Amino acid sequence: MTEPVEPDFDVIVIGAGIAGCVTAYQLAQQGRSVLLVERGEEPGSKNLSGGVLYSRGMEQVFPDFLTEAPVERRITRNYINFINGDSSVAVDYRDARLAEPVNAVTVLRAKLDPWLAAKCEEAGALIMPGVRVDRVLTEGTRVVGVQAGDDELRAHVVVAADGVNSFIAQDVGLRKKPPQHHLAVGVKAVVSLPRKTIEDRFTLTGDEGAAVAAVGDCTEGVGGGGFLYTNIDSLSIGIVVRLDDLTAKKKVVTDIFDHFLEHRFIAPYLEGGEMLEYGCHLVAEGGLDMVGDIVMDGMVVVGDAAGLTLNTGLTVRGMDLAVGSAVAAAEAVGAALDQKNTSRATLAAYREKLFASYVGKDMETYAKAPHFLETDRMYKEYGELLADVLYGAFNHDLKPREHLVKVARGSLAHSPLKIMQLVKDGIAGARAL
Amino acid sequence: MKPLPVTERLTKNRFNLDEEESHIEVNQEIAKATGTGKAIVACCPAHVYSEDPDGTIAVEYAACLECGTCLAIAAPGALKWHYPRGGFGVQFREG
Repeated sequence: MTEPVEPDFDVIVIGAGIAGCVTAYQLAQQGRSVLLVERGEEPGSKNLSGGVLYSRGMEQVFPDFLTEAPVERRITRNYINFINGDSSVAVDYRDARLAEPVNAVTVLRAKLDPWLAAKCEEAGALIMPGVRVDRVLTEGTRVVGVQAGDDELRAHVVVAADGVNSFIAQDVGLRKKPPQHHLAVGVKAVVSLPRKTIEDRFTLTGDEGAAVAAVGDCTEGVGGGGFLYTNIDSLSIGIVVRLDDLTAKKKVVTDIFDHFLEHRFIAPYLEGGEMLEYGCHLVAEGGLDMVGDIVMDGMVVVGDAAGLTLNTGLTVRGMDLAVGSAVAAAEAVGAALDQKNTSRATLAAYREKLFASYVGKDMETYAKAPHFLETDRMYKEYGELLADVLYGAFNHDLKPREHLVKVARGSLAHSPLKIMQLVKDGIAGARAL
Repeated sequence: MKPLPVTERLTKNRFNLDEEESHIEVNQEIAKATGTGKAIVACCPAHVYSEDPDGTIAVEYAACLECGTCLAIAAPGALKWHYPRGGFGVQFREG
């Protein structure tokens, strides 16, 4: 029998995004030897998100996160908008309580992630940028390291934090390719505007920020939505559309993106701006169904790679779930290293910790949300119905006024929606969201 | 602000082009037979794919923003797509 090879590291983390960096940071803090491998030229250079980070979890890991990290604006204004062709109905929720304590901030990942990686380095992790991990090394059912080109590096535990495409876990047979209705594509531009212009247009002061979410005509009726977030001196704007619906409706994704930016209710926000960057990102929308297997002998999967994103209709979350999964993974991996047993059975503590935390609990609470959000009516008829009811109330055409309930009933009669659908969707929505 | 055409939009980004190796390969026969060809032309935000008059799918891999949407919708065997080699491809400065 040959002597087992002494690994090069306790832990190798693949991918320097939020999940990868936070896992690496915490394991390095525990005194483990940690290698963080990143395929981008530098950490952050492959990373992109819509831009809103619910920041409490991050503050538990980095108590000075909000004052030290390069974050953009504190979100104190949430603007939820049904946008039709010529009309729109919105809820404009502003609240000083969202500023103190801070609830959510906008971020630009090419700026934030290098800060996170620097924290890992300070804590003692070794960072290797510009290196693509091609696959994991296995011995029997066990992951024992990574292969990058001709190099082989070994570790007691590998952490797959390689993002939504999750090639590492799929390649080793742990995870399957997700179905199209569980995936969406996000297309985004960063548009520069003077700070003062942004504050005037969104009626913000200081480092306050706004998050606009839009559904309806902004995606030409394709399941998904539009977003517009304020950074310090730029806007993050884009769309997210479900792949099954995009292909079924034979739409061109860039046409939808252009349509949103040129929409009469969106274009004025961008006036005079200059596009700084254009990017896109696949989004896991399957919720709990997409989490699946995240632990095997010698490996755990965290963040987007584990399918950890949530669309609750009002909030769209991914980065905070990445933080939560990293915290759970670092605790479980640390304990397994202490026990000198990094088998699937021991590392399963990661899954238990994850599902005992806000991450797993929220995935369970919103388990029905993805199916509900596949309701086609959400992306056309409901917005139009809302506008029609309000038009009936505001349009003083010299006909005698009617009570709002009667106006609504009249609008519904002219809408393709049926009252039973409305009731059914109302109940389903109340249960799912 | 009128959105620029996609090709001009992409000039705003920074890319490290891997001149030796493409990370994308289309199986033309399967792409045509399954409809994957037309689908990836429509769904790619960077317009990496285009259809020639004879139905062949042309690939401009240098423009790829590495999201993986094409792979997610491709029929089995129609597309080989992986990340570019380390250090190559798009390098976001905003993200």
